[in-house]
Amino acid sequence: MLRELIDEQGWLLADGATGTSYFAMGLQAGDAPELWNVDSPEKVSDVHREFVEAGADIILTNTFGGNRYRLKLHAADNRVHELNAEAARIARAVAQESSRQVLVAGSMGPTGEIFAPVGTLTHDEGVEAFREQAEGLKEGGADLLWIETISSEEELRAAVEGAGTVGLPIVSTMSFDTNGCTMMGVTPQGFGQIARSLSPQPAAIGANCGVGAAELVATVLGISESRRDTIIVAKGNCGVPEFVDGHIHYSGTPELMADYARLAIDSGARIIGGCCGTTPEHLRAMRTALESHERGERPVIQDIISRLGEVSKLARGEAIAIQGRSTRRRRSQR
Amino acid sequence: MSEEDDLDLNELDDEELVQQMHDDLYDGLKEEIEEAVNILLGRDWAPYRVLTEGLVEGMRIVGIDFRDGILFVPEVLLAANAMKAGMFILRPLLIATGAPRVGKMVIGTVKGDIHDIGKNLVGMMLEGAGFEVIDLGINNPVENYLAAIEEHQPDILGMSALLTTTMPYMKVVIDTLKEKGMRDDYIVLVGGAPLNEEFATAIGADAYCRDAAVAVETAKEFMARKHNQLSANA
Repeated sequence: MLRELIDEQGWLLADGATGTSYFAMGLQAGDAPELWNVDSPEKVSDVHREFVEAGADIILTNTFGGNRYRLKLHAADNRVHELNAEAARIARAVAQESSRQVLVAGSMGPTGEIFAPVGTLTHDEGVEAFREQAEGLKEGGADLLWIETISSEEELRAAVEGAGTVGLPIVSTMSFDTNGCTMMGVTPQGFGQIARSLSPQPAAIGANCGVGAAELVATVLGISESRRDTIIVAKGNCGVPEFVDGHIHYSGTPELMADYARLAIDSGARIIGGCCGTTPEHLRAMRTALESHERGERPVIQDIISRLGEVSKLARGEAIAIQGRSTRRRRSQR
Repeated sequence: MSEEDDLDLNELDDEELVQQMHDDLYDGLKEEIEEAVNILLGRDWAPYRVLTEGLVEGMRIVGIDFRDGILFVPEVLLAANAMKAGMFILRPLLIATGAPRVGKMVIGTVKGDIHDIGKNLVGMMLEGAGFEVIDLGINNPVENYLAAIEEHQPDILGMSALLTTTMPYMKVVIDTLKEKGMRDDYIVLVGGAPLNEEFATAIGADAYCRDAAVAVETAKEFMARKHNQLSANA
């Protein structure tokens, strides 16, 4: 489905920020946006509609924290199915209004728990939580499942396996926010390799959120370096957060995000969107940029830095991350 | 667990054993740390010396490699767990011997945010640096912070948020402290992936800590300033 649409248009535009949009509509810091799927569905529809009107081909449901572990914080862990199904119905209804084909992607964020062996959540518990969420999303009419902001390989595997039980295509993105790696130390290239062994195979993989548009494009370069054979997603933040007049504001301008979209295409991404701070205005600028953009040469890191801003040492090639292994001697080797 | 081990910690002299503790902390070997702590105590080392030369120094090395992107969260968690096992033995002895305290911190993840990985790391690294840490866990409304401040009278309040949707809540807590006229009684440190220095300044925190290693350095720095001020005023 994604492949055909991409073949047709050359790329697909995913939507922008949900959480930061809800703040503007009165969401209080600390409250669960997912409860709005039942309590204020019209606000959820409005955000979707604005992004569709701005040119989104894919909209993500309001279910980022819709798994039982996150909903437990709001004493709503017994409402996983309901909140996810409602969210997918809301998005589906908005998608149907459009004359273009708009896909509904069921957003699935991390549990927030640490997986075994370092943490306590088992693989099976993780699979079960993601399966439960995926079933709700499917029932509500999601076209595909969109696993995002994942940091650890263990959670990635559990999420893909759990989502895979309902038979919808899966998109899976990780968040690279720590020295060019995920918080748990996965490199962009490493993610590309890990994704090969996922079951079922995701229809697309990529990066979302993280630390600004420049690093996101650098991450896409890393993923595409190890994987030329898959659809790659770029869903980066709109610059970095600032606090202005009591509100979170992201530093990126529409012009910057337009250039980010062009660079993401040149770096190998085929599905482009925005994460935190990306408004419909930004998305519109990205659409216009993509429509007039001829795919250019693969950029080098210097191009990204000069056009979008600074990147991590790892992305600059100045630091080599050593994954999951100490460089110091162990007792048995002495 | 490690049958291939041919190394007997008892055979190492003090200096080698402390070196070995640093390596074992780095590798997250909990049982070896417990054993080494007990051996040093058996050799009449003061608990405070075991803490500073063994655990604190070992965790400092871990912190440097974490900051530099050589180690990541999983390895640091294992190291911190090993450190905690050593602390578990030392804590009652430290209290009994009246060892000096570096400082006291109340730390918690703000309301709505489930992510406590970063917060746990900061707490453990600060313990590793000799601080007393009171961990409020996740999802804390402002009332929890106020109650803990009242009860424990910390030097530092630490808040963590990992989500764009929860980070503004840090300002709610700081504003409440201001309203009550308590803000200047405490050092407020904030952290979390989406934050930055400018954000911390804008919401009225004393500092933003990029990661757990930076948090330890910042906390120590503020404690030193606090002590200097106290002695200047005395």
